[in-house]
Amino acid sequence: MASLVGSRVERKEDKRFLTGKGRYTSDINIVNQTYAIFIRSPHARAKIKKIDTSKASKAPGVVDILTGEHIAKDKIGGLIAGWAIRSEDGSEMKCPANPPLAKDNVNFVGDPIAVVFAETLDEAKAAAELVKVDYKILKAVTSLADTMKSETIHEGIDKNMCYDWLLGDRQKVKEAFDKADKIIKLDITNNRLIPNAMEPRACVVDYNTASEEITCYTTSQNPHLSRLIMSAFGGVTPENKLRVVAPDVGGGFGSKINLYNEEIVCSWAAKKIERPIKWVAERTESFLTDTHGRDHITHAELAVTNDGKFLGFKNETIANLGAYARVFGTVTPTYLFGPCATGVYVMPAAYTNVKAVYTNTAPVDAYRGAGRPEATYTIERIVDKAAIELGMDPIEIRMKNFPTEFPFKQTLVHQVDSGDYVGGLNKAKEMSDYDGFATRKKESESKGKLRGIGVTTYFEACGIAPSPVVMMLGCGVGLWESAEVRFNPTGQVTVYTGSHSHGQSHETTFAQIAADELGVPIENIDVVHGDTDKGTFGMGTYGSRSLAVGGIAIVNACKKIVTKGKKIAAKMLEASEEDVEFKDGEFVVSKSNKKKTIGEVAFASYLPGVRDEVKSPLPEGEEPGLVESSFFDPANFSFPAGSHICEVEIDPETGEVKLDKYTAVDDFGTIVNPLIVEGQVHGGLAQGIGQALYENAQYDQTGQLITASYMDYTMPRADNFPEFNIGYTCTKATTNPLGVKGCGEAGTIAATPTVMNAVINALGGREISLPATAEKVWKACKENKKSKAEAA
Amino acid sequence: MKKVSLEINGKKVTKEIPDHITLSSFLRDTLNLTGTHIGCDTSQCGACVVHVDGKSIKSCTALAADLEGSKITTIEGLAKNGKMHPMQEAFKKTHGLQCGFCTPGMIMSAVDLLKSKKNPSDTEIRDWLEGNICRCTGYQNIVAAVKEAASKMKS
Amino acid sequence: MKTFNYHSAKDVKEASKLASSSSAFLAGGMTTIPSMKLGLASYKDIINIKNIKKLSGIKVTSKNVTIGATTKHVEVANSKEIKKALPSLASLAEGIGDPQVRNRGTIGGSIANNDPAADYPSACIALNAIIHTNNRKIDAENFFRGMFETCLKKTEIIEAIEFEIPQKSSYQKLPNPASRYAVVGVYVAKHKTGINVAVTGAKACVYNDKDLAGALKKDFSSSAIDKVKILSSGMNSDIHASADYRANMVKVFAKKAVDAC
Repeated sequence: MASLVGSRVERKEDKRFLTGKGRYTSDINIVNQTYAIFIRSPHARAKIKKIDTSKASKAPGVVDILTGEHIAKDKIGGLIAGWAIRSEDGSEMKCPANPPLAKDNVNFVGDPIAVVFAETLDEAKAAAELVKVDYKILKAVTSLADTMKSETIHEGIDKNMCYDWLLGDRQKVKEAFDKADKIIKLDITNNRLIPNAMEPRACVVDYNTASEEITCYTTSQNPHLSRLIMSAFGGVTPENKLRVVAPDVGGGFGSKINLYNEEIVCSWAAKKIERPIKWVAERTESFLTDTHGRDHITHAELAVTNDGKFLGFKNETIANLGAYARVFGTVTPTYLFGPCATGVYVMPAAYTNVKAVYTNTAPVDAYRGAGRPEATYTIERIVDKAAIELGMDPIEIRMKNFPTEFPFKQTLVHQVDSGDYVGGLNKAKEMSDYDGFATRKKESESKGKLRGIGVTTYFEACGIAPSPVVMMLGCGVGLWESAEVRFNPTGQVTVYTGSHSHGQSHETTFAQIAADELGVPIENIDVVHGDTDKGTFGMGTYGSRSLAVGGIAIVNACKKIVTKGKKIAAKMLEASEEDVEFKDGEFVVSKSNKKKTIGEVAFASYLPGVRDEVKSPLPEGEEPGLVESSFFDPANFSFPAGSHICEVEIDPETGEVKLDKYTAVDDFGTIVNPLIVEGQVHGGLAQGIGQALYENAQYDQTGQLITASYMDYTMPRADNFPEFNIGYTCTKATTNPLGVKGCGEAGTIAATPTVMNAVINALGGREISLPATAEKVWKACKENKKSKAEAA
Repeated sequence: MKKVSLEINGKKVTKEIPDHITLSSFLRDTLNLTGTHIGCDTSQCGACVVHVDGKSIKSCTALAADLEGSKITTIEGLAKNGKMHPMQEAFKKTHGLQCGFCTPGMIMSAVDLLKSKKNPSDTEIRDWLEGNICRCTGYQNIVAAVKEAASKMKS
Repeated sequence: MKTFNYHSAKDVKEASKLASSSSAFLAGGMTTIPSMKLGLASYKDIINIKNIKKLSGIKVTSKNVTIGATTKHVEVANSKEIKKALPSLASLAEGIGDPQVRNRGTIGGSIANNDPAADYPSACIALNAIIHTNNRKIDAENFFRGMFETCLKKTEIIEAIEFEIPQKSSYQKLPNPASRYAVVGVYVAKHKTGINVAVTGAKACVYNDKDLAGALKKDFSSSAIDKVKILSSGMNSDIHASADYRANMVKVFAKKAVDAC
């Protein structure tokens, strides 16, 4: 049987999506459901003086109106940060309480303060307008640069600072800088982004008055974690009485990792009002209240020798957490950011210092790449700046500083098990026709256009495990993953995974893996995920970890199935276990033609007997059935890497940037399904390019989000992109049996610096901030023209 | 309330509906045709695209009451006798979808393109899809799907 | 959105009679419906005028192109007659919104709404349009009053827009990357009787740039525009484009339009 791992298998899950039969949370309706509308703060920072619901509660169709007072009375807990980060001085991070409905203070526009339940959506909306809230408006803290000098947002959190964190060795860096020929300095802003999964958040909650079980259907990347937090921290109901289902989910990109206010409130309230509740966010609500991404200000310095060798690096960053610290909010700018700060280079000394601060804006959390894009952007921009200042080619300076031997002990934390950075960059150079750039530049110039080329080489740390390491670093849970593989008596297989697919194609790739391991046709394998009542437990999907952690749990569970199956087969075939081999779905007695298929073994395991004879196929002491589970905790993170090269053409008259060519060469280790991996790369690139050229979440001084719709927040569209040129190199991960590394975030991590390096190259090295909008580029062109004229 | 009679996916439908409900809400909430999705409030994402009298429109920006007598095709009506439309097949073949949320609108829009342009270029496809936002795919495999469908539908 | 009474008028008279200070006519609904959904507008009565046959259609003569108010953008974009007689107008229509907007949005709706960044108002100014309503004929220069404001009365219905066919013309725009509306759009038209340079997107309301027109009158070339100084005062300034940038883009796109004429 040909191996399915490595082949372009079309997706098993596609048919339902293509025919309109997908079942997303907002498609679910429960008889007798009520509709929830949340009343949200229109102010970025205010004290709630009074909430008057008297008029609203008499409005037609209103079932109930609940506020923060009710939450407090019922002792419902709030939202939490999942990682405890310690400051350089040893003190613990400072996090404010984040109640599901604000009772005393609101801290960003969109902060929910009350909820109306009514018989119809229109009635709920009409009643919500009648709720009168008296606010004392306070001055909002919105400028990231000034936050530490501003008024204190949360009582007891001085300078609005959550932590002041250090990774690395300041003294060593100082020594390295003292030896340098040149210090390259760079100040950058990593702009705030809004993830914008196309499916707005939603939840539908049912309460069973007989069993007292709450079922919450929700748009989540990790239903088990949501259940855990709702039970353990929210106190909504014990875990065994709470079922969280994340059915088809329309994209997440990090924004659906978090448990949100609405899910806690609706789950708690469904029990309280004894009615099902449906809540679906409008896009504007999503803009205001989904967790946002990025938002750093960074000062970086790179110490180099005159011939381009790196000696040391420092990264001083202020990271915006928004109004509250959420699940991955505190780790994204620390352990997901700091260790990757020195990129793919041999860097004798380095440190990263991050001050994470609160502002009166939406909470900032993981967004595709989470920390690694910000780290990569900084190092890749400063390396390019070094090349410019030293008069070197951007490829040459990178090659000069690559490690050539693996495992590679990266400066700050990671032990990178495998890679081939030189091979990857050479391949990208060839595929992009790097050497032909000069000719293409001339052609552009003959049309009055500018052309630039940009290079990025990156690595990332994904998988976000092993558990003992992440828990040592402050993670509140272990980041293993679980799987259960169940044979039915009639031979089909159901694979339960704790990972969650919201576009990643687990139903196909995980079935490919199981099909190879078990020798069962892929058609007979179903992958089930997203329901706490079905799978044992799961940590969910983020950090490109599904395959490298969740996929391996499936491999291991399958291996256990084969081990047990072999024992049963041996008994059935009257052979010794050592003589039985498993291959292509069959247990074969060596040097004979005696065999049993795994289906026959499964059947026998469930029906262990025959008529008229007391005879079991099961060996002594073996239990009936063929079901195995595995909890996999890898030995290390996994380290995808790659080299991207792109070219842009700029119209200096308008400043419009056209992305003309884009080449990506990535090393994801073993590729299970190239069709799906290409899709992941394309999508990642689009988001990274979006940050470089289009997307920018902006608040005004009063804390109003001024990019709260697709009229103002630029979502990349089909006509913004060229056809991407994709290639791979492969060095297998040594820390898992498949050799896989992860591919979900790579494109996003690499694309932003690649495009910006190209834009800045076209502008003759003139710095420009993210995103490179037409007006900014136009201004830079004008300034270049002016300085040229002055020089002449 | 208004009584409207229209044809949806080949079936005559007559319903008493509130004057102000949109076609998307009528399809999803009244008829349980939840394949038509709502992704924004400003008529831009295109997840709700359906065909009205053969032309693609955004169903979130049309009143159901306004469509008396129209023939409407939604994503649920595209497959015939259990066989998917060549555009649906092409999206599967080229991996033109990931989370699937924008997909119904994307497909309905792409089917409309091929009505007027049998053999569109990459640029024409990308321009046509201006009203459909996808956050997952980077559009490349969607463009490939439309080309694949065009070539299948020609032969 | 908030509830209203929906009416479908069979003729202009009925539509006009149904209208009040709390009603809106509904053609394509491309602005009206989203505005109601977002709670920016609410009406007691919505009066559909799409079923009034006489409001739709295209008529082309040697001098004029006349387009019925409820004619859809797609019909203008695809009209063989318009493409031949006034290609710049067909191409403007082809560049409005996205295909689904063009399949439903109407010319009358666009100009009655008078969005400062809409495309059609610039065509009206550049092409000396006459707006035919159920009561009167209005010259385009008197029609557009300010941001989202026209001289239309509440019961007045646009029936058709009559454009004058110029000797040469072109419309060029810089689209807003998010909304795809015009950051700046410039419609240059050279008529026997004079030159119009209609600018949309740049200010609160579409306008005819007399300085640019004057320069082109002397010398109809893009280099003539180089000498014109465009002031940024009065220009829109927002997160997508500053007033200074817009002022410069008026020039750049005027040049592009002249070159494309």
